Amino acid sequence: MYVPHTEKDKEEMLKAIGASSFEELVKQVPSRFLWPKFDLPQESLDESQAAARLSELSKKNCRPLSFLGAGAYERYSPAAVKAITSRTEFLTAYTPYQPEASQGTLQTIYEFQSTVCALYGMDCANASMYDGASSFAEAVRATVRVTGRKKIVYAAGVHPQYMDTLRTYFAHSPEYAYVKVPMKDGVMDKAALPALLEGAACLAVQTPNFLGLIEDLDGVADAARKAGALLVAAADPVSLGVLKTPGEYGADFAVGEGQSLGLPLAYGGPYLGLFSCKKEHVRQMPGRICGMTKDKDGKRGFVLTLQAREQHIRRDKAASNICSNEALCALAATVYTALLGPEGMRELAEANMGAAAHAAERLSAIKGCSLKFKGPFFNEFVLSVPGSAAAMREKALGQGVDIGLPLAPLYPELGETLLVCATEARTEADIARLEKAVKEAI
Amino acid sequence: MICVSSIDNRLSIERSEPGRRGLKIKNPLRGKACLKPELRRKDRPKLPELSEFDVIRHFTRLSRLNFSVDTHFYPLGSCTMKYNPRFNEEAAALEGFANLHPLAHDDCSQGTLELLHDLGSRLNELLGLDAITLQPAAGAHSEFTGLLTAKAYFESRKEERSEIIVPDSAHGTNPATASMMGFSTVNLASRPDGRLDLENLKKHLGPKTAVLMMTVPNTLGIFETQIEEICRAAHEAGALVYMDGANLNALIGMVKPGELGIDMMHLNFHKTFSTPHGGGGPGAGAIVCSKALAPFLPVPTVRKEGGRFVSDFGDGRSIGKVKSFFGNTGVLVRAYAYMLAHSAKEFGEIARCAIINANYVRSLLKDLYPSYSKEYCMHECVLTPGPDLAAKGLKTLDIAKGLLDRGFHAPTVYFPLIVHEAIMIEPTETESKETLDAFAAAMKEIHALGVSDPQALKDSPHTMPVKRLDEVLAARQPNLRW
Repeated sequence: MYVPHTEKDKEEMLKAIGASSFEELVKQVPSRFLWPKFDLPQESLDESQAAARLSELSKKNCRPLSFLGAGAYERYSPAAVKAITSRTEFLTAYTPYQPEASQGTLQTIYEFQSTVCALYGMDCANASMYDGASSFAEAVRATVRVTGRKKIVYAAGVHPQYMDTLRTYFAHSPEYAYVKVPMKDGVMDKAALPALLEGAACLAVQTPNFLGLIEDLDGVADAARKAGALLVAAADPVSLGVLKTPGEYGADFAVGEGQSLGLPLAYGGPYLGLFSCKKEHVRQMPGRICGMTKDKDGKRGFVLTLQAREQHIRRDKAASNICSNEALCALAATVYTALLGPEGMRELAEANMGAAAHAAERLSAIKGCSLKFKGPFFNEFVLSVPGSAAAMREKALGQGVDIGLPLAPLYPELGETLLVCATEARTEADIARLEKAVKEAI
Repeated sequence: MICVSSIDNRLSIERSEPGRRGLKIKNPLRGKACLKPELRRKDRPKLPELSEFDVIRHFTRLSRLNFSVDTHFYPLGSCTMKYNPRFNEEAAALEGFANLHPLAHDDCSQGTLELLHDLGSRLNELLGLDAITLQPAAGAHSEFTGLLTAKAYFESRKEERSEIIVPDSAHGTNPATASMMGFSTVNLASRPDGRLDLENLKKHLGPKTAVLMMTVPNTLGIFETQIEEICRAAHEAGALVYMDGANLNALIGMVKPGELGIDMMHLNFHKTFSTPHGGGGPGAGAIVCSKALAPFLPVPTVRKEGGRFVSDFGDGRSIGKVKSFFGNTGVLVRAYAYMLAHSAKEFGEIARCAIINANYVRSLLKDLYPSYSKEYCMHECVLTPGPDLAAKGLKTLDIAKGLLDRGFHAPTVYFPLIVHEAIMIEPTETESKETLDAFAAAMKEIHALGVSDPQALKDSPHTMPVKRLDEVLAARQPNLRW
């Protein structure tokens, strides 16, 4: 318990209040509701006991050498990132409602927005969303608001959980139509687009897509525009150290999962939703936005701005209900990218591509295994395997290696396949262990 | 606050020197990367080129421009800015938790699944409800999850209900969430004492009403004395009652919300359960509900099967996912550490001391800053500037800025909207009597200054890194990036 009050404190305070007892303060609560029985442990744990319990639980999670990706990536988190995010002036502050006393958080958000714009090649960005999936869903919602249309065309390679989250955001309402652009060789079949885009609010794509393949999106924005639709692109920010940006291929909204930028896996969160758009859609952005301004003396300062979009002002007319976002995660990403700089981001992206290329080369040389698709990929790829991929995964786990995600439950048409990921955290020796584990699991 | 050379007073991009490097990536596999030129980006991203030390100095300086719970009393009403125990941070950083992939095999995630299961069961008991989802990322996200759950519940009963009733004292997220979901919002005027008007509520309840959303205690820090009758009236109309749990700190361990008659509520782990606010997130939320609503909660949930914990994908009636993967598990580990540190009785002590603290501040300030409500408050009080300051043309905002100069973060201001010039103070249970005395002294000093030299107060803050900022300029000519 972290309460400072002594019995004497409480007595003195009640006396100052003028109450004869605590019960007098809570007379407004019908007494039959007060102090019920709880079927909970009678004693709390002291810190060393709690530490022992948590350590025991954490050790029940096994730590295989992992080649899982699929939207969350194991990366090395630099010491300098942790040092800054554990500065309690950042950690224990709240949303910067008093800008004069929150310039640290506000300037960081401004630098974060700038970083997202730089990576994605977009005009403006917000202070973050909950995760990649919620950014994606909010971007699609924005296109529905802009166009007044309710048909959503999406590439088959969009992360299935992003689509699930989107459907949930639209409350599974039958008013919305979802049209899938079929896949050809693991990427979107661009030839199918013109027929599908008519009357659409947007075309939503992801690159690298869920299967790790890089989509060629040249001309796609024009195709969308011809049909009066907007382009929503999801992209892994690390890949943008080398890959063509959403800005370059003309996206209206660009989003991504920021976990890649120095955040731990943490079994799914907290992650970081990246959200950016073209200038003309700035007032459609959900969530907090920080802007640079001047103080009374003309000195540079930062404030939350364009708040007329937000729930605390607009209430039921707000662009979104979002309030808390992921400021501390945004700080981590801003520090991470500042440490790497443009050269480091390129090195990082290339190390990911190189590690995955090496793993693909080794695994596809195993008898019975092959790459499902020929196209260029970033840091993960689909491996066809002989026999049950799920059974192989379980067998290899026994050897301490997680060889990847079996895709059959999500994409039955792909047959027995694994989605295998290798980031810059995987070495040549790791990949040799992967190769051995896959061979033995067949 | 701090004294720094102006050379450090720059954006990171303005400190950039071409060719300067911080972190390098030397994995030799990089050499195997191969990419066609037409798939490459044309320009390098405009990111700063800095040494690691530059980065550390830059962000350390920025951190020192912030007020925070660790450095300053931070009585933001409705936000529950309590102490964030360091132990929670250490727990979340344990390798087994921090490095677990969300798609890890259930066999590899037994520790985290057990933790989530135990956290959920304890919360159900603490709140007197039957089922829980830990998937929402924050409070507003929980509201969204709760209303979706309600919607699915009514659909399963083939009932078409399109209205959400929200009192005018509610948090802005309530009506925003309702409209995001396609519901229409019925705004209910509060009684003069800030409570919900039962007779007026009854007039608005009907076959169209889906959910009554209410905050308990309400945003004035007052308990809804008639809550049982309110819930009964809603249920008689076939509607559900949703409790916004932002103010749970007033009730924790003292009242089981489930016994009040509500059907569902949300939690903000970053408020009641001490996880840090991080400058505006990450938080974590939950929806806790009755048995009848349980089948509709998001999936997966965690189920115990023999001695093993498994992800449960439900029977097909679930609303689906509201977030990728499991939820903000890293935050939930912190909340669990906090849970272990408290027995039910100790949770009750939190509510007790939070309520004493709020009433203590209220009583110290009652002569100069009249309380909106005439009765005792629960965990927070809503004050007003009072006639002396109003006569000098001073506003709540001036008081807020004056507090910054005296080393205190300002309370929540101008909320709830039903109180003119509201000053909403939530001290929380972790602040000591001495801190509250010092805060009250600062408020009194501000009052005296406002009366003797109102302009000095209007010009405050004087001691912050910046003076009052031009928000109109920021909105008219948005400069949102470098």
